[in-house]
Amino acid sequence: MTRADLHPMISRSAFRLMAAGALVAATLALGGCGVRLDMHVQPKYTPLRESNFFSDHRSARPLVEGTVARGQLEADTYLYTGMINGKPGTDFPFPVTEQVMERGRERFNVYCAPCHGRTGDGNGIVVQRGFKAPPSYHIDRLRNAPVGHFYDVISNGFGAMADYSSQIPVKDRWAIIAYIRALQFSQDAKASDLPPGTKISSNPPNVNLPGSEPHDITPDGITPTNVAGGNVAK
Amino acid sequence: MWGCMRAVGQWMASYMAQIFHRSANTIAKASIIAAILLIGGLLWAGLELQRSPYYTYAGVARSQPVPFSHLHHVSGVGLDCRYCHTSVETSGFAGIPPTKTCMNCHSQIWTNAPMLAPVRESYRTGKSLIWTRVDNLPDFVYFDHSIHINKGIGCNTCHGPVDKMPLTYAYASMQMEWCLNCHRDPGKYLRPHRVKEDPKDPHTMDDQVFNMTYQQPTAEHPVVLPDGQSFTSQDALGAYLVKVKHVRSVRDITSCSTCHR
Ligand code: HEC
Ligand code: HEC
Ligand code: HEC
Ligand code: HEC
Ligand code: HEC
Ligand code: HEC
Repeated sequence: MTRADLHPMISRSAFRLMAAGALVAATLALGGCGVRLDMHVQPKYTPLRESNFFSDHRSARPLVEGTVARGQLEADTYLYTGMINGKPGTDFPFPVTEQVMERGRERFNVYCAPCHGRTGDGNGIVVQRGFKAPPSYHIDRLRNAPVGHFYDVISNGFGAMADYSSQIPVKDRWAIIAYIRALQFSQDAKASDLPPGTKISSNPPNVNLPGSEPHDITPDGITPTNVAGGNVAK
Repeated sequence: MWGCMRAVGQWMASYMAQIFHRSANTIAKASIIAAILLIGGLLWAGLELQRSPYYTYAGVARSQPVPFSHLHHVSGVGLDCRYCHTSVETSGFAGIPPTKTCMNCHSQIWTNAPMLAPVRESYRTGKSLIWTRVDNLPDFVYFDHSIHINKGIGCNTCHGPVDKMPLTYAYASMQMEWCLNCHRDPGKYLRPHRVKEDPKDPHTMDDQVFNMTYQQPTAEHPVVLPDGQSFTSQDALGAYLVKVKHVRSVRDITSCSTCHR
């Protein structure tokens, strides 16, 4: 179509003007409506994205049975089980430092306090809403229980309490146990007529467990002393 | 611009003076202005529309297979975000809790509620609950939670008052201009992880990034760090945190390849 077809009286500049107008309109229409999304939704798996290939639609695959993922060969069995020859161990697999204790306190307040309460008295808010009440940490049986027992409870659950193995990494579980020990000591040592809040708001006592020298601290705050669980096997 | 219009007018006049009345000149000029305004208006409306909730879903509560309420679980039960979003500190992806996490409590609480039937069904059959995404960046954008959390950006800076949401909605548009607004001056939003503990306020015992009631320092409410340093303005606190947290330069974090890699 040329200018002359439209109207003999329309000049070249007017035709240009109209053509430019049409171009703007077309760009608007393309940009505004006919959007292509190839780059927005790329054919790749992002976390939890659905897969059409597997029958359960999960793109994140569970481990094939009988295999071990790289870096997850749990050679340090005490660190990972808390058991020695099938019996709960009594020592920590790494030194308990100030940082470990601080980390344990934070993780305890996130994962355990909802039921066990911040002081470990077993009267957390979820219990007040109807969950079975756990025993207080300050009964003799639990005060004397070996740390390996606590590790077992966190990792495998206990009665009505579910396990926390998928929510809490291994080293954090030990840090939590260190903090529970501190709670038990502090409740034991201090006069019981203090209001509960004041007992834990101050820094917990630094429990000096066997083998706790000053130590390099990795960013997550915890360094296992040795891969074979040495200070346990003594 | 005006020169161009005068030229068009003169051109029209030279051809059509005999056919059209004089006022046609004015009408012609007016209609050109109107056309320009219309195009401009359309462009503006388009830009506003793609910023609006209609397009970004900001502020729009999404329907979910189970009416999960952050209001009840966070403000009511007092759960920390990390109880459910376990990987938010260590990975790019915050993590959506698996059904088992719900069953930690709902094995005993509200066990017969019809509302929770899909959760029990999912637990029994092992089939995942499919939650509707609330915040979703296009795949060509790289985002990572862990660095934002570790440098001290609070959850509610980006996600808004999640603890007050009966159904989750996106708080911000999560568009590029929104990300850049902070990357150009992150000091405006940084928080310390730890503050000096105050037995009267239990929130001071926790990590402030997860504290949904955190307030930026003012003269009346200074923010006091564990070592006793006290800040009365966000400017001072932000500048201090940028330094001790080694926040990278604005030039680094506004470069295109930070988010498009
Ligand atoms: C959802 C509530 C809930 C949460 C959260 C919870 N527990 Fe428990 N816990 C219980 C209940 C209920 C029991 C009692 C179980 C029973 O006797 O059936 C219990 C029992 C225990 C016991 C005592 C076991 C014994 O020998 O009697 C320990 C130790 C324990 N929990 C540790 C923890 C730790 C550590 C955490 C955090 C990682 C935690 N719990 C989180 C509910 C909870
Ligand atoms: C009891 C478990 C639980 C706790 C605690 C929890 N959330 Fe959630 N959160 C969920 C579930 C389940 C979803 C998915 C359903 C939905 O979007 O409501 C979700 C979704 C979200 C989303 C939207 C994700 C998306 O893009 O689809 C955000 C943002 C969020 N949570 C932030 C938080 C923050 C911030 C906290 C702490 C203040 C928190 N959550 C505490 C369970 C929890
Ligand atoms: C730590 C314990 C705990 C966990 C974990 C938990 N809930 Fe709850 N949930 C509760 C309690 C307690 C209530 C009762 C709320 C109340 O009394 O205000 C509740 C109530 C509910 C209700 C009833 C309506 C309402 O909002 O009050 C729904 C639905 C629900 N939860 C869904 C979920 C889902 C889905 C998950 C998993 C993502 C989950 N809950 C995880 C403790 C928990
Ligand atoms: C700097 C802003 C920012 C901060 C701070 C932030 N988020 Fe997010 N969050 C986002 C963005 C952006 C997305 C969407 C990510 C995507 O689509 O890939 C998102 C997505 C999520 C999701 C959905 C799952 C996912 O990872 O895509 C959850 C859950 C969530 N955030 C929880 C949290 C919690 C809990 C915190 C605080 C500890 C937090 N966020 C802090 C920006 C932020
Ligand atoms: C409220 C402030 C804030 C907002 C909003 C924000 N960021 Fe950031 N972002 C930061 C800070 C602070 C850093 C840390 C800079 C550094 O490395 O020191 C950062 C770093 C990053 C990095 C670098 C991560 C790395 O590993 O190199 C990426 C990528 C990023 N942000 C993406 C985004 C995207 C995408 C958005 C929008 C969806 C966004 N951010 C929104 C504050 C923010
Ligand atoms: C802080 C992170 C960040 C940086 C830095 C950044 N972008 Fe973006 N960009 C985004 C996000 C987030 C989106 C997605 C916006 C949306 O969902 O609409 C985006 C989208 C885009 C788009 C697509 C727009 C659309 O509507 O599809 C282009 C093009 C783009 N960015 C170019 C750039 C260029 C060029 C630079 C460098 C000058 C840059 N970006 C730097 C975060 C960033």
